Amino acid sequence: MDWGRLFAIAIGAILINNFVLNRFLGLCPFLGVSKQLDAALGMGFAVIFVMTMASMVTFGIYNYVLAPFGIEFLRTIAFILVIATLVQFVEMVIEKTSPSLYRSLGIYLPLITTNCAVLGVAVLNIESSYGFIETVVHGFSAGIGFTIALVLMAGIRERIELADVPESLRGVPVAFIVAGLMSIAFLGFSGLAAE
Amino acid sequence: MSVSLTREFTKGFIRENPVFRIVLGLCPVLAVTTSLKNGIGMGFAATFVLVGSNVIVSLVRKGIPARIRIPCYIVVIASFVTVVDLVMAGYTPELHKSLGIFIPLIVVNCIILGRAEAFASKNTVGRSFIDGIGMGLGFTFALAITAAVREIIGTGKIWDLVLLGTRYNPVLIAVLAPGAFITLGLLIGLFNLLERKEG
Repeated sequence: MDWGRLFAIAIGAILINNFVLNRFLGLCPFLGVSKQLDAALGMGFAVIFVMTMASMVTFGIYNYVLAPFGIEFLRTIAFILVIATLVQFVEMVIEKTSPSLYRSLGIYLPLITTNCAVLGVAVLNIESSYGFIETVVHGFSAGIGFTIALVLMAGIRERIELADVPESLRGVPVAFIVAGLMSIAFLGFSGLAAE
Repeated sequence: MSVSLTREFTKGFIRENPVFRIVLGLCPVLAVTTSLKNGIGMGFAATFVLVGSNVIVSLVRKGIPARIRIPCYIVVIASFVTVVDLVMAGYTPELHKSLGIFIPLIVVNCIILGRAEAFASKNTVGRSFIDGIGMGLGFTFALAITAAVREIIGTGKIWDLVLLGTRYNPVLIAVLAPGAFITLGLLIGLFNLLERKEG
């Protein structure tokens, strides 16, 4: 197994091509759930979990169901249905097995279906023609990258609440400008690996 | 009737602009607005999906049980997205390549599911059609403005037309990721300011 390649994929997904700040995926929850630190953490863990699971399942669907029958063009429909079902399933399992986890993640799980980062990671896995292990690593690290961006943003936004922002820029606009500044900082990571 | 239809059509441009006023469907707005061409291409692709899904959803709205309506809408939307994906890959391969994964991601664009749920599931086919065109063009308009600002600042050109001459030193960051966030933030701020002046 090529550990170096897996490491490069992980660093690439977490820092260099951060899903939120560089690939612009998952912006709705990034803006919607980044008002409080606790909620951001809960959402982040739910996303890591679902992204890893979705990467595994869509890998199987694509390579063992769609490809053998030559119906790869149904990818988009198949993936979104799989992700929606998976989210429902995960929700039911967590509800039965761990009520306390369910209480903290519960409200975020349904929102994840329409999180474009989840479908995005599935499509990216296929387009980069990753193997199974690489797919799992990529899905997991993409979730970590999303969580890092979300938690950093929540920390900053809690402070912005107290700041004197011009009235027209309050709320979403200032959040975007902050995200832009964070994105500049993350550009600094682009020298980490020559991809 | 015609007055209200016109209102249905024009509301998407400014008053209920999906991007600047309702702040939905942001991922493509940031990702593909590096040039005006990409922005408009994306806008039309999304408009087609929006109109198609609005019409189908309003046609079948009485036949779908309320509990499973969201998965049904998603299947309708995903079918139209697949159509757009294949058509663009066939006829505009260059644009298809530069929009990349954001074409399949139209499926999870909140605007489209949002209009299906909030409008098409409660209105007639005709009104839903008009609503789809209006909202789609409003989305395209937002993409075009954002893309134009970024392309002019970031490259000094627009649609391959040199605008600012050779002495202009392009601010490259405007076409990189951070430029997208900052441009959109300031544009939403500007729309808020205009709204306050009016109201």
